[in-house]
Amino acid sequence: MTATAQGIYFDNNATTMVAPEVVEAMLPYFSEQFGNPSSIHQFGNRVGQAIKQARVQVQTLLGAEHDSEIVFTSCGTESDSTAILSALKVQPERREIITTAVEHPAVLALCEQLEKDGYTVHYLPVDGRGRLDLDAYGRLLSERVAIVSVMWANNETGTLFPVERMAEMARAAGVLFHTDAVQAVGKVPIDLKHTAIDMLSLSGHKLHAPKGIGVLYLRRNTRFRPLLRGGHQERGRRAGTENSAAIIALGQACAMALDHMEHEQTAVRALRDRLEQGLLAAVPNCFVTGDPDARLPNTANIAFEYIEGEAILLLLNKLGIAASSGSACTSGSLEPSHVMRAMGIPYTAAHGTIRFSLSRYNSAEEVERVIEVVPPIVAQLRKLSPYWGVDGPVEEPEKAFAPAYA
Amino acid sequence: MWEYSEKVQEHFFSPRNAGAVKEANATGEVGSLSCGDALRLTLKVDPATETILDAGFQTFGCGSAIASSSALTEIIKGLTLDQALKVSNQDIADYLDGLPPEKMHCSVMGREALQAAVANYRGEVWTDDHEEGAMVCKCFAVDAKLIENTIRANGLNTVEEVVNYTKAGGGCSACHEGVEEILTRVLSEAGKSFAPTAGTTPLPVQAGRPRLTTVERIRRIEAVLDSVRPTLQRDHGDVELVDVDGRQVYVKMRGACAGCQMAAVTLEGIQEQMIEALGEFVRVIPAEARPHTQEPDRACA
Ligand SMILES: Cc1ncc(COP(=O)(O)O)c(C=O)c1O
Ligand code: FES
Repeated sequence: MTATAQGIYFDNNATTMVAPEVVEAMLPYFSEQFGNPSSIHQFGNRVGQAIKQARVQVQTLLGAEHDSEIVFTSCGTESDSTAILSALKVQPERREIITTAVEHPAVLALCEQLEKDGYTVHYLPVDGRGRLDLDAYGRLLSERVAIVSVMWANNETGTLFPVERMAEMARAAGVLFHTDAVQAVGKVPIDLKHTAIDMLSLSGHKLHAPKGIGVLYLRRNTRFRPLLRGGHQERGRRAGTENSAAIIALGQACAMALDHMEHEQTAVRALRDRLEQGLLAAVPNCFVTGDPDARLPNTANIAFEYIEGEAILLLLNKLGIAASSGSACTSGSLEPSHVMRAMGIPYTAAHGTIRFSLSRYNSAEEVERVIEVVPPIVAQLRKLSPYWGVDGPVEEPEKAFAPAYA
Repeated sequence: MWEYSEKVQEHFFSPRNAGAVKEANATGEVGSLSCGDALRLTLKVDPATETILDAGFQTFGCGSAIASSSALTEIIKGLTLDQALKVSNQDIADYLDGLPPEKMHCSVMGREALQAAVANYRGEVWTDDHEEGAMVCKCFAVDAKLIENTIRANGLNTVEEVVNYTKAGGGCSACHEGVEEILTRVLSEAGKSFAPTAGTTPLPVQAGRPRLTTVERIRRIEAVLDSVRPTLQRDHGDVELVDVDGRQVYVKMRGACAGCQMAAVTLEGIQEQMIEALGEFVRVIPAEARPHTQEPDRACA
């Protein structure tokens, strides 16, 4: 993939390219291997074998003890919903949930709905660098809590939460622990058998498998109630005929992720670090958001002050560069990203946050190209900004420009 | 990403009149930082004719905010202030061959900056009467605030009425959950509960069923209350019939039930049973919400 032909794709936390080897592995399951894995005949049987192998590949990447702990679902969102709703169903007397203020909407929107249904949800706040207060968390654990759901890695900033430690605290208090590891799987080493994590969600399209395939890891002996009932697929824990081609693709992608784990931790990290250093050095009034000490190796989230993210993205897009932003305008909402607000990033900076998320398919040349084009884009937009003077922010920007109904 | 028209893209990539006008004698500053848009408009106005000789903008905002600002300055240059004040946000959007529904507020901001600048020139104080809520209906670009205000102003009770008054919900219908949530919230503030089946589509009444006498109606209503009473009493509560006024049945929740979170749910349940028992639609409403009521116990004193 060259920079000029395809553009530069730095939006891998949104979704990833399906690896060519993964495409190759899945293609036969659309055509000659089309059978239903539940069928007795040879058409189904071979598919069943391939799914079994994929399950082991996922198990290996997660370090799960048993392959029967892997339940294939349709996406990360389904896994999150299944985990949380199951925990509520099996413990009807427990009416509280603990989560964080910076979860993905797959968890947050569900929790908000559950609040309307009468559950109490505790949203753990974060500090300016996106970190949790574990003492405060510990104080909330009680026999009233049905489940703790905390993301392993944040999709916007890449900040890693100490989920292994938090799972142990939950277990000590007799509370189920779920983690949305959609952004972590494939990017950081995971060894579930040596943790106290009861449930984990992952999504194929974040690790070079196709969209529309996910997994719920369900530790053996965890009490469970399915979201979808019907056929006996996935041992009755997720009914519906298997998406066999995507499952096989996910297996292949997990095997490749394991092979590239070292590369992700070294080479991809080096690219990210170079990008970040390059941009911070070349652009005035910008800073990194999140926790640089505990972060995914592929993610850099930079706030460019006094300009707005969507405008930056449009100008980058014109040059064939893809990234994403926490600005209100890109989502169509009226508020900038809840993650930035939770960290207390001022509005003038939160709207100008840009997330660059890399993958093993990115190159050093691409990084240099982005470092080269971003500074003039930022300068061009700042020239239009009422908060920006000749070559720096106006004195006390928030006061010099205080529009009506701000 | 958004579907921006060619014209929007063009004005974003090469904005006209960017920057502050030299020797400006009118300035308008509007925006909402939380929604990520803010605009300063500067004008140079000919005092003799009140013609806008030059206009410039500085915008903190997204692609369409910048394009709208650019379009605004192009439209108003050469107009008199009075002519300029007639420019509507729709004019700005039309000039750009349309804006996505979520982005219409960018054009509103342009018009408001203009009003603010004119007020500034004339030594008046401009106050903003524009409130903005989260976008609820994407088909018709209607936000929560407008829906809420319209429900209040017109005493709306149903999704169908909201559609008729605001258009919100009249297209694909995907936003009906959001509209119902607003109805539920606003109605509960008035002590009413939102009844999804209420209103303009009357429940089918069995043909040939004789109309009930008032006495029979009240008997049946009491019978329903009697049937739920044991359940309520188990939770140390009670319910009492206060008044029947046409289709409105006013009840008083007592003891643990009053103000209990489940009160609304309970009322809904009672309402369903009454509709069933009466064969007609009625609405069960807490007595507190009765217009001009006196406390029944004290009424005779
Ligand atoms: C942290 C996190 N959780 C959940 C999801 C949702 O995954 P999916 O798109 O597979 O439903 C995403 C992806 O956007 C994510 O980043
Ligand atoms: S979004 Fe409201 S009708 Fe389509």
